[in-house]
Amino acid sequence: MSELSAGAFRRKPLVVQYPSLLIFLGLLALFTLGVTVLSEGFGIGVISTSFVKTLGKTLCLCLVALAMDLVWGYCGILSLGHMAFFGIGGYAIGMWLMYARTELIVIESLAGQALPPTAQEISDGIATQIFGVVGASEFPPIWAFAHSLPLQLAAVVLVPALLALVFGWLAFRSRVTGVYLSILTQAMTLALSLYLFQNDSGLRGNNGLSGLQNLPGLGDVPQSVVSVWFLWASALALGLGYLACVAIVSGKFGSVIRAIRDDEARVRFLGYPVEAYKLFIFTFTAILAGIAGALYYPQAGIVNPAEIAPIASIYLAVWVAIGGRGRLYGAVIGAAFVSLLSTWFTGGQAPDVNLGFATIQWVDWWTVLLGLSFVAVTLFAPKGIGGLFDLIAAKRSPDRHGADLGPDPGALREKEANE
Amino acid sequence: MSALLEVSGVSVSFDGFKAINNLSFQIGRAELRAVIGPNGAGKTTFMDIITGKTKPDEGRVLWGEKSQSLLAMSESRIAQAGVGRKFQRPTVFEDQSVAENLMLALKKSRNPFSVLRFRASERDRARVEDLATEIGLSGALERKAGELSHGQKQWLEIGMLLAQDPKLLLVDEPAAGMTPAEREHTTDLLVEAAKTRAVVVVEHDMEFVRRLNCRVTVLHEGSVLAEGSIDHVTSDEKVIEVYLGR
Ligand SMILES: Nc1ncnc2c1ncn2[C@@H]1O[C@H](COP(=O)(O)OP(=O)(O)OP(=O)(O)O)[C@@H](O)[C@H]1O
Ligand SMILES: [Mg+2]
Repeated sequence: MSELSAGAFRRKPLVVQYPSLLIFLGLLALFTLGVTVLSEGFGIGVISTSFVKTLGKTLCLCLVALAMDLVWGYCGILSLGHMAFFGIGGYAIGMWLMYARTELIVIESLAGQALPPTAQEISDGIATQIFGVVGASEFPPIWAFAHSLPLQLAAVVLVPALLALVFGWLAFRSRVTGVYLSILTQAMTLALSLYLFQNDSGLRGNNGLSGLQNLPGLGDVPQSVVSVWFLWASALALGLGYLACVAIVSGKFGSVIRAIRDDEARVRFLGYPVEAYKLFIFTFTAILAGIAGALYYPQAGIVNPAEIAPIASIYLAVWVAIGGRGRLYGAVIGAAFVSLLSTWFTGGQAPDVNLGFATIQWVDWWTVLLGLSFVAVTLFAPKGIGGLFDLIAAKRSPDRHGADLGPDPGALREKEANE
Repeated sequence: MSALLEVSGVSVSFDGFKAINNLSFQIGRAELRAVIGPNGAGKTTFMDIITGKTKPDEGRVLWGEKSQSLLAMSESRIAQAGVGRKFQRPTVFEDQSVAENLMLALKKSRNPFSVLRFRASERDRARVEDLATEIGLSGALERKAGELSHGQKQWLEIGMLLAQDPKLLLVDEPAAGMTPAEREHTTDLLVEAAKTRAVVVVEHDMEFVRRLNCRVTVLHEGSVLAEGSIDHVTSDEKVIEVYLGR
């Protein structure tokens, strides 16, 4: 946070003003390079393909955590609906992936016939393949653009944006804030998830969309290679997303949204249309979440309504809280740390603890541990893991109670030193 | 001289309690006005009505040359139209530096997209530095507002008000928590500001009001009890009874 205080005042390049940006991008590049070198597809094969996917997915979770931090940590809107936007992004790209791959399979299977298949036959074939599981054989209207990659990519951005815009406009205009807003976003998420669970939602009900790891037309490319491609794409998206977030929070806009977080009535009396700012941030972060989801689910291979359930968005808030809200790298650290730990615990790799009278099996007890750590962080370390960086910084620089660190005009000021 | 702000016949009640009762008030373009009255007289509520925080049950609030009604406008639109306000309890953004607080208040486009592209120019920074000097905080530009003393926060808020460059300044008890020297400085600032704009000062301290040397409006139970020079109102029977005589 201290990095930002000079931002509104002194004009400096973004990286000078916000040094953690360079560190972050450097570490991200190093990480990506490292994984590539160790991967099966492009390197020496120390890391399994499935772990490369886990790491790629983690980067996507970091991106959506970044969005959560912007909307909650900086603007004070505790949205419990951002994983819905994430899921929508996954569904949007998943529809094309599933359609295009099924189309190839159907065309291949019809190729043996004497007469070349008509467009209708192909379409029917695809529909039967995709919707057989829910007892339908026709394309629902929602699939109208599934044949087109550009249109579905547009949907990744536009559908979350539009939903956030309409929902946010209604909620912010009525001045719904605080816990009521959280409940409202939660209700939106729940409604969406329940809708998707229905078989006639047109999105295969609780089966969701599957086989998303197979890229249409690239069946010959092994998953070991595809997984690294997605890792690169996810890293690029995270890097760009981080850059965009820094650009937003470091300037006067960031100052306005932090002011809204701390005292929105006061901001109104300064003449700022608070609702417009909230709407901007809510919509922008919904788009970030949508993009993150569109990169996540092809690595996960399957997206279903359970992923959109309210609990997912609550976890997202927990990650950001544990990482340290109100600082961008905190969100990334929180998401990476907790989700990787969660993979480890729930994957059955963590050794059971035998207490004599009972055995702690982490697969079941992990959630309890997570809940307890969340409570502990909220009570005892509200700055989260990110707060550790403050401790380190504070040890290095003396407390001058706001005075400059030296007599010269160019001397470091306390604020800068604390970075 | 036409009035800048004209409040007429305004009433507001909270759960049946009439906090403002058929209140009328006018102020000119460059005028200093003190508003006094006992606790609960409705002084803060009066400011809430002008700034759009509270909507009155009846009455009119007209603004500017075109006699626009402020009642239909949102808080932020009213502020943009040129009404600046200092709260009774100092409210600054404690987590942000003095410079950031002033920069936020500086008169600039409030549109999110222009704010997104905003880069402080040399002139903006010079203006912030000047303001900081004026309010005695030039050495504290980089300090967080939360670290300031109560009096300094009052100053900062006055500075933010000046940065907004409003046509009408509403100041609620500006001198609370200030030393005598600081009070004097505040009076000077307000008198100076009132040369080019309208200033309404709510204050309990009679000495302070006397030094402002301006027309005084006395509020009691939500309506105007008396209006005139300080000597005029302090010799008014009714005023003595409800306010000064206690
Ligand atoms: N939002 C509200 N809900 C209910 N009652 C209110 C509300 N706002 C003000 N009041 C009541 O209206 C009356 C006028 O309050 P107001 O704050 O305007 O007085 P004041 O003149 O500013 O007093 P003080 O000198 O103590 O600041 C008080 O009796 C107060 O309790
Ligand atoms: Mg008051």
